[in-house]
Amino acid sequence: MIGVTSMNRIGRAIFVLMVSQLTPLLNGQQQPTAKELLQALDDNMVAENRVTVSTMIIHGRRGSRSIQSKSWTQGSEKAYTEYLAPARERGTKMLKVGDQLWTYSPATDRIIQIAGHMLRQSVMGSDLSYEDMMEDQTLSEMYSPEIVGSEPVDGRDCWILELTAKNPGITYHSRRVWIDKERNIALKETRYAASGKLLKEALVKEVFQVEGRWYPKHMTFKDMLSTGEGTEFIVDSIDFNAEIPDYIFTKAVLRR
Amino acid sequence: MLLFKLAFRNVIGAGLRTWLNVVVLSLSFVTIIGMQGLYKGMQYQSEDAMIRVEYAGGQYWHPKYDPYDPFTLEESHQPVTGAARRAVEAGDAIPILITQATIYPQGRVSSALLKGIPPEQEIMEFPSEQLLRTDHAIPALIGTRMAKANRLAVGDYLTVRWRDANGTFDAQDVQIVHIFSTIVGSVDGGQIWVPLQHLQSMLKMPGEATLITLKQEISEPPVLPGWDYKGMDILMADLREMVASKQVGGSIMYFLLLFLALLAIFDTQVLSIWRRKKEMGTLMALGLTRRQLIGLFTIEGGMYGILAALLGAIYGTPLIVWFATHGWEMPEMVDDFGFAMGSKLVPSYSFFLVLGSTLLVLLTVTIVSFLPTRRIAKLEPTDALRGKLT
Repeated sequence: MIGVTSMNRIGRAIFVLMVSQLTPLLNGQQQPTAKELLQALDDNMVAENRVTVSTMIIHGRRGSRSIQSKSWTQGSEKAYTEYLAPARERGTKMLKVGDQLWTYSPATDRIIQIAGHMLRQSVMGSDLSYEDMMEDQTLSEMYSPEIVGSEPVDGRDCWILELTAKNPGITYHSRRVWIDKERNIALKETRYAASGKLLKEALVKEVFQVEGRWYPKHMTFKDMLSTGEGTEFIVDSIDFNAEIPDYIFTKAVLRR
Repeated sequence: MLLFKLAFRNVIGAGLRTWLNVVVLSLSFVTIIGMQGLYKGMQYQSEDAMIRVEYAGGQYWHPKYDPYDPFTLEESHQPVTGAARRAVEAGDAIPILITQATIYPQGRVSSALLKGIPPEQEIMEFPSEQLLRTDHAIPALIGTRMAKANRLAVGDYLTVRWRDANGTFDAQDVQIVHIFSTIVGSVDGGQIWVPLQHLQSMLKMPGEATLITLKQEISEPPVLPGWDYKGMDILMADLREMVASKQVGGSIMYFLLLFLALLAIFDTQVLSIWRRKKEMGTLMALGLTRRQLIGLFTIEGGMYGILAALLGAIYGTPLIVWFATHGWEMPEMVDDFGFAMGSKLVPSYSFFLVLGSTLLVLLTVTIVSFLPTRRIAKLEPTDALRGKLT
């Protein structure tokens, strides 16, 4: 009996060992490469043309305020945003073409180019700075990815992708992105300084499917060095590959 | 001489009326001289402090550096080479590197200037040696204004975020190792001082600087190719303009006081001429010409000024000397004036300042005394004797 039992145990151990040795190989067949994952993420997020109506909720020390805006985006280089509400911000416009950014304020009827130090200022008091909006390269272009593990985020199984800047001059030296294994959408992202200090965190709270792709519906963006509650972004509506006339991305549109 | 004697007798004889005029005018004297001395003292004190603490023998700026335009900081840095390096190595100059940074005191977001200074320097009267007394990776030095504004204390850690030479974000905690107190706000407010080599390494700008401060003892500033020399006339221009503008603002008060005194003298003169018609007629009958009569009344007016100067000197001199010795305690709010002023403001009085102010008041008093006497030019002796003034 003892001998039979021992044999069974040995046999079971060998089976377990074989399976454990085989599992990575099986997984390897299913697991996409880090580059493929990042490319899929870029493909999902960047559209040829995109028209979005969104609401930004800024949580400050003296309470919260909501700002609604409509944005026209072409690839990752051109973007035009017009603020719709509240009345105080209505008519404020922002145009980004390549590495240049202008804002227009109806109160002063002036167009101001945001450059240099001004790029570090926050957009409408949010946790987002103008320079966060100036990134005009896709993640694949800027970073070398590496899969460092997998972890669930809000119950969804995610790959953890570590991104390291390919070249000096990239705003954030490294990032960590949690990508939904099924939907190719980042559910969480952390951005780091060259020293490794955590600077910013983006957390997707709700996603929705539009025109066959998954897109963040509700997310929070937080400056991790400050004690604020962060800024929420809610996508009210989005239209991929919408027709956007060329004049939208000219400075003349700011005064229209 | 006769006219002077006569004028003096008349002035003294007028009694209380004279002394009222003299007292009011002497107040103007003392106030004008006192205020001028205060402004001069303010300027000297500020300039002296700024030279000792910040400017020393002048500064060499990177050609693109503009202290009033933070946009220029990103491009205002270059390696310290050639003649500049030799000057630094000889101990005649110190390089300073400046960059914009974001700080997070108690989790709040705020902007600051991050300045790198060689800790062992002795050119500026600045406690940079405190940066040597720590084991912390990045020791930092701040002023009392900066500490107060951001509620920071010695030993506190402060998160600082900056962009390196390539534009990549970096962030570290610095430790406040010392809080210095200075009257020069331009090295304090919104600024964090760290060792130069640390900052060069943090910004990936080895051996680079934004400006070079020259030793004070060097009389002839050398030419450093690639750097623009800024002498005291440029570095102090803002301070001097500010003092001048404050002086204009302050002068309104003492001109108002002077105006009141002059008005009283003018009024006294008009009244004298009106009441002393018969006296004028008698003097003319005794042989005084109209010109001499005008002279007499003008001298009488001018004597108010002389008496006021004497009275002002009696009580003003000890007052001014006391202030010049002990200084004037300043309230805390002067920190916000933008001047390098200490807790005490010591006025500065020069001989020429006192002489100039006295002559100015005497001249004004004489002119004001002369103006009403012009009516005497038309005076007929017979009319005057009858008490008529045509």
